Amino acid sequence: MTTIEINEGNDTSVSLPSFSGSSIELKKITKRFGHVIANEEVSLKVEAGTIHGIVGENGAGKSTLMNILFGLYKPDGGSIYLDGNIVDVTSPEKSISLGIGMVHQHFMLVPTFTVLENVMLGNEGSFSLKKGEKTILQRLQKLSSTYGLNVDFHSLILDLPVGMQQRVEILKALNRGAKILILDEPTGVLTPQETIGLFEILNSLKNKGVTIILITHKLKEIMNITEAVSVMRGGKVVANLKTNNTSPAELAEKMVGRKVLLSIEKKESKIGNKVLTVKNLNHLSKDGVDVLKNVSFSISEGEILGVAGVAGNGQSELLDILSGIEQLQRGEIEINQTRLLPGEKWDPKKVREMSIAHVPEDRQKRGLILPFYNYENSILGYQRKERYSSGFLLDKNKILNLFTETAEQFDVRPRNPNISSNKLSGGNQQKLVLAREIESQPKILLIGQPTRGVDIGAIERIYEDLLRLKDSGTAILLVSVELDEIMSLSDRIIVMNQGKIVGETMGSNATEIELGKMMSGLDRTN
Amino acid sequence: MLEMFQICISLLDSTIRIATPLIFCAMAGIFSERSGIIDIGLEGKMLLSAFVAASVTFLTGSPWIGLFSAVVASGFASVIHGFACITNKGDQVISGLAINILASGLTITVGIALFSRGGQTPSLGSDQRFMPIDFPFQSLINNIPLFGDLYSDVISGHNILVYLSLLAVFVTYYMVFKTSFGLRLRAVGEKPEAVDTAGISVIRMRYQAVIIAGMLCGLAGAYLSIAHGAGFGREMSAGKGYIALAAMIFGKWNPIPTLFACLLFGFLEALGNRLQGVELYIIGEVPVQFMQALPYILTVILLAGFIGKARAPGAIGVPYSKEG
Repeated sequence: MTTIEINEGNDTSVSLPSFSGSSIELKKITKRFGHVIANEEVSLKVEAGTIHGIVGENGAGKSTLMNILFGLYKPDGGSIYLDGNIVDVTSPEKSISLGIGMVHQHFMLVPTFTVLENVMLGNEGSFSLKKGEKTILQRLQKLSSTYGLNVDFHSLILDLPVGMQQRVEILKALNRGAKILILDEPTGVLTPQETIGLFEILNSLKNKGVTIILITHKLKEIMNITEAVSVMRGGKVVANLKTNNTSPAELAEKMVGRKVLLSIEKKESKIGNKVLTVKNLNHLSKDGVDVLKNVSFSISEGEILGVAGVAGNGQSELLDILSGIEQLQRGEIEINQTRLLPGEKWDPKKVREMSIAHVPEDRQKRGLILPFYNYENSILGYQRKERYSSGFLLDKNKILNLFTETAEQFDVRPRNPNISSNKLSGGNQQKLVLAREIESQPKILLIGQPTRGVDIGAIERIYEDLLRLKDSGTAILLVSVELDEIMSLSDRIIVMNQGKIVGETMGSNATEIELGKMMSGLDRTN
Repeated sequence: MLEMFQICISLLDSTIRIATPLIFCAMAGIFSERSGIIDIGLEGKMLLSAFVAASVTFLTGSPWIGLFSAVVASGFASVIHGFACITNKGDQVISGLAINILASGLTITVGIALFSRGGQTPSLGSDQRFMPIDFPFQSLINNIPLFGDLYSDVISGHNILVYLSLLAVFVTYYMVFKTSFGLRLRAVGEKPEAVDTAGISVIRMRYQAVIIAGMLCGLAGAYLSIAHGAGFGREMSAGKGYIALAAMIFGKWNPIPTLFACLLFGFLEALGNRLQGVELYIIGEVPVQFMQALPYILTVILLAGFIGKARAPGAIGVPYSKEG
């Protein structure tokens, strides 16, 4: 455990450790899980006081490598050098004492604890909590003002937005004296604004001498903030590059192992008749909050309507209502000349009968039943369809044949129908859901966060599939927090803020700045 | 009026006596479940330690050695539970159930082998039990009307384990909410990953918690056979471990409300005993069986109606493993 010298009662003497910076070098790290090799002879060097990026697709072994560095996993071979000296990182306790801190992709915070309690955990200072609290609070205040990590130390984690929770994770590491900070996919859950805030914090940490390792699959971030970058593919480091000497295209190619199109070629949209019209939709959540206020819009055949907005501004509820998960409370929905009014029966089965398909935001909770086999998941929600059944019974042969076909067509890997879906990577799970929904040949597709946690090769594929579907005349409602995605796919964009539509623009002339302004609600006149 | 008061005093007196094992067991449950380990084996551990307490006390003549052995035996049963579901990641309910069944059979088998009395232990003399302690100035305070009776019957005049159980509540409260141990305990039951990444062993924390739980159950068992009672009888725990579990849930895994839940369940049982054979207005005499069932019926009603929002520790029942 790190010991921190603190002179109680005298604020000015709360000293933060002065960093001379630490360099870290991994040599020939190998890690196997059963027969799977997660890391194979991985070697890379991180210079002291720099931000070093590690990129790679999901399953490339980035997180495994970092968990080894943090002492959570035991490597099967290889060695770790800190400032040139070989070190033995056998447990998180050991790595913390060596000055390594880690911000995990899924936060390691106790949701029912306060910020302070979370920071104290494992570093309480004394048996009595009260005694330790005072010194830690002092230190926290110092840390948060030095690095701009503002957060209320007494609020519960579950009341904080993810951006704040991430700050708590950083504070936790710094409080334990981290000189090397590992961040695993830190921006995956952040809004554009929060991401900017995080990068400011990272830069100020770097300027104070902290060495930072940033794991991500977003190439823009690598280009923006890192000095050097290592690319991983299939458990190996395939390139160590200086950021200045590389380009997103080169990185993408190295990550995927083939050339990747980063920009999307769109055909001219052939927009037809209106198929979905929403009028004055209002919705009250279970907690009595107005989550949707007078939402009105329409989509036509062959059109992609993008819904942009910071997460939690009513987009999820909008999808829930349209997909039949939530009942319609007030307002009106018109689908293909059929009108739905409040009080009428409305459920996912009826939604499917009206030829609406839904790719939910949370594919693992709502899109798939993870322990089910792939072939079972490939018919979920469509099991009553004739092409999957013979009479009353499901026809396994039909299902398997169709699975083989669609898996091929949508590039779901591995193609094995008889493994459970939790063995698939995030990208392949998404491809499986998308394949199932597109196979139903919908007139309307509702899709939320199509590429969340999906790697770059699969993203390309998913975009192609969506555009092909659109070209075939399907209307697509695309909800995403990724502005790039919204801008490159949509024909039209609406922006949501606090349950209202606060702006609408054509996809071709939208800019990130303009949309960002609308998303934050700054642009509202009323 | 005075008679009513006397009845109340004697009800409160028996409430406390009945609640004592519930309190020990419920505190045990709090330690275990706050760490994320379901402890349905409270019942079995209590039964086992009641047997050990009575047997050892009979064989050695010292209730203190009996008490100590009971605590050790019950702690050992907890280690078995821990080995099954912490080390080997087994199902916690099944393991707890196994302990209950094991205790039920083992106590009778060993009891017959040792004492040949059909599973009972020989009854213990008053020098081999924890006897009621009378507080000072009893005769003086007794002269004060009303409070005098309250003092001598409800406050004073219980055996040492009764007072120890109340102390256990406050110690549990302090340990769970005011110490670094408690912070880690609560964290390991809510989000073990957070504890692991903070450099603390999840396994060690959980073992510590279940062993403390076992030792508390040991006190409950000893109370049954060498303090409240004068020897061990077959199945003498009679479902108290489950009632304690219910009280703990009712008290939302928090020692102070749990204490009151235990007292409430104790009171219901005391009332049930008291009302046996008593003619009530309108209803007439209530069958004995109904009165005996009353605490359980009310438990069901209370659990169904009042604790809708009780939230169990986040990671309860889930074995912790690092890799995958």
